[in-house]
Amino acid sequence: MSAPSYLHQQGLLSWFLTLDHKRIAVLYMVTVTFFFFAGGLAATLIRIELVTPQGDLLTADGYNRAFTLHGVIMVWFFLIPSIPSVFGNFLVPIMIGARDMAFPRLNLFSWYLLLGGGLFTLLALLLGGVDTGWTFYTPLSTMFSNGHVVAVICGVFIAGFSSIFTGINIIVTVHTLRAPGMTWMRLPLFIWAIYATSIILVLATPVLAITLLLVAAEHLFNVGVFDPRLGGDPLLFQHLFWFYSHPAVYIMILPAMGVVSELITAAGHKRIFGYRFVAWSSVAIAVIGFLVWGHHMFVAGQSMYASLVFSLLSFLVSIPSAIKAYNWSATLYKSDLTLHAPFLFALTFIGLFIIGGVTGLFLALLAADLHAHDTYFVVAHFHYIMVGAAVAGYFGALHFWWPKITGRLYSQLWGKITAVLVFCGFNLTFFPQFLLGYLGMPRRYHAYDPDFQFLNVLSSAGASILALAYVLPFFYLLGSLRWGERAPMNPWEAAGLEWRVPSPPPLHNFEEPVTVDFEAYDYSPEARRDPV
Amino acid sequence: MNEHFLRLWPVQGSDYAVSVDWLVIGFTGMMALFVVPVFVALWMFIWRYRRGREANRDHRAQSNLPIELAWIILPFIGSLVIFLFSARLFFFARTPPADALEIQVTARQWMWKFQHQGGQREINTLHVPARRPVKLTMISEDVIHSLFFPSLRIKQDVLPQRYSMLWFQAEHSGTYQVYCAEYCGTDHAAMLARLVVLDPGDYQHWLQDNGSAADLISQGETLYRQYGCGSCHDSGNAPPLAGVFNRTVRLADGGQVVADDAYLRDSIVLPQKHLVTGYLPIMPTYSNLLDEEAVQRLVAYLRSLPATASGDPK
Repeated sequence: MSAPSYLHQQGLLSWFLTLDHKRIAVLYMVTVTFFFFAGGLAATLIRIELVTPQGDLLTADGYNRAFTLHGVIMVWFFLIPSIPSVFGNFLVPIMIGARDMAFPRLNLFSWYLLLGGGLFTLLALLLGGVDTGWTFYTPLSTMFSNGHVVAVICGVFIAGFSSIFTGINIIVTVHTLRAPGMTWMRLPLFIWAIYATSIILVLATPVLAITLLLVAAEHLFNVGVFDPRLGGDPLLFQHLFWFYSHPAVYIMILPAMGVVSELITAAGHKRIFGYRFVAWSSVAIAVIGFLVWGHHMFVAGQSMYASLVFSLLSFLVSIPSAIKAYNWSATLYKSDLTLHAPFLFALTFIGLFIIGGVTGLFLALLAADLHAHDTYFVVAHFHYIMVGAAVAGYFGALHFWWPKITGRLYSQLWGKITAVLVFCGFNLTFFPQFLLGYLGMPRRYHAYDPDFQFLNVLSSAGASILALAYVLPFFYLLGSLRWGERAPMNPWEAAGLEWRVPSPPPLHNFEEPVTVDFEAYDYSPEARRDPV
Repeated sequence: MNEHFLRLWPVQGSDYAVSVDWLVIGFTGMMALFVVPVFVALWMFIWRYRRGREANRDHRAQSNLPIELAWIILPFIGSLVIFLFSARLFFFARTPPADALEIQVTARQWMWKFQHQGGQREINTLHVPARRPVKLTMISEDVIHSLFFPSLRIKQDVLPQRYSMLWFQAEHSGTYQVYCAEYCGTDHAAMLARLVVLDPGDYQHWLQDNGSAADLISQGETLYRQYGCGSCHDSGNAPPLAGVFNRTVRLADGGQVVADDAYLRDSIVLPQKHLVTGYLPIMPTYSNLLDEEAVQRLVAYLRSLPATASGDPK
């Protein structure tokens, strides 16, 4: 008789007081899904407003509040916690052969912080409204904005600690709880990616916390830090903000890259090409990512020579990303490829990530950025990375590990349809925005030049397809809980410890302590697939 | 709807804009060179190695150092070439020629104000001559704005309490759209302006038709008298101002600073920021008496003062 699954215990308290990493992962999943739809609703308002050049659906203030809400909620309460907190929590202990995270109580506390901070922020955004944009640029945010800036900052500040604690938990877990024989070079690449992400979470988030505190202090007590009239420097804010927020983009994309490495190998039934290069490229991105923030400030008034250095470093940081893309493609050579839904999401990721990455280089290119900065070109670029690619990665993970998490199979057909719709809808929404940006349409415009209407209509049309694609999984995945077939232990014939425990896994993951005597991605004919 | 319903490329208003467009096109071509093979390989491998299809799957490679190094180094060298071109353009865009026509810009929520050397002032419209370098010295009275000329492919953030600079040389007469590119609050989207480029002859006419009684320098001189600046600066109680512009000034803290536009402005608005050695810190701030436009006039006057033997202006 095998041990009962982690889902066996019933009742609300068994969830709200759980210390099991898998249950906490599910709590996170429900939470970020809620915030994803909240942020998505604001995006819908924005795209409807932009169908016509005049500001007719929303007032100027209403529009400014909508894009602020969209940015704040999506960045801090969906994108940053999405893969690290949901799949990091679920997978890290199982993949390295551990029973749980290193600090189970801290883990649960992190979830409460995110939920509390998120609800508080959402409430402040809905009841008071903030019109600073998610970037909170000073002195607009400190001396001129009349919204609930301090309340929203508080919410983000609280959620920041959720990030920091999760990062610490993952780092300690990977260092101390690997099963005997699970060496660093045997770790799945998802672990490498999530480990690199955790380093960023721990090192960058405190800077954001400090910066937000200073903004609040200036707003409340007129302490001159950023406002030049009080003797402060508004560019100091931008330096501090982007010192966090550029690495934050890697917090969103690195875990998705880790997911894609898993999906590609599992679909191709083949070891990844250039394991060491893919593994170390994650660390390289995390490290170099800390040195490129100034490319957000080429037109801000930063020194010409500083801009030159930041531009060069930004070219450098693109190399590890390129390494990954080339190695993923090479992995498919001589593979034995099954075209299941998770793989289609991985392809969607690669396509959108390459477009987003390359257009990022245009913005690192000094002379091109003088023109494209603060236009829709930038909007399109970062949505390709932070939304297109990161959400494709999240959806890929969701479709890949859903049978493991829930013990149910979902409709492959619907999964594939969704992946294709995401790719098409996304490109139709955001590709026209590259053209809009190069034409000169500035971002954060409530009303715009009629010249830009055609491309905006295309973009909004694409957004309606994208919205459909983002909502669909909600139905067929939830439906699978009731009507789906029971999932076998290893539905994808994949390698990896998580596919050698039952679906869903037992409470303590492994019935016996695991000893690892095999390499990662072992798809040789003699590879073992039996339960550990 | 109008004839521009489907415009896909912005107008090119300067030679610099043409260079930027070529840079972007060249970079797009180079990126295609590195990216298209990935997409082609992906599709080829998906087709050839899908499960159930007969294919040679023997001798699967796990890694290959030469290949890894090739796809690391080649794209990097390629990008570096473009980076250098871009850096050259960037330096050009950030270095105004010495003979540029100077125009003062003041931004505030939500309008653009321009002052010409002849004393002409305009709001949300900027008249400039074609084929002549124009240098804008810009400052904001409240939050950060950004003056964006899509047709010239340039923009620059306009900061409070600090001058920033932008220069360009428009080639063709015409009217071009100008935007605020840095989000600045409620009516950000309405903070628009027009750039009117006139042929040099027409520009002279425009200056004459819109000329005010006094040019910027004499307006500044009036302010200088009106606020009694001379009672200290012309009597030896405060540093003499003749020939002050671009002079190296020794400060009380032992440092030194070149008396550029920013220094002159700060000395009026934030007099405690740079204390000149040998003088008491007796100057009050004029920030509540003078707005940024008035400060620009005063600075224009101070810049015009020639170095005289006695050290007294006029």
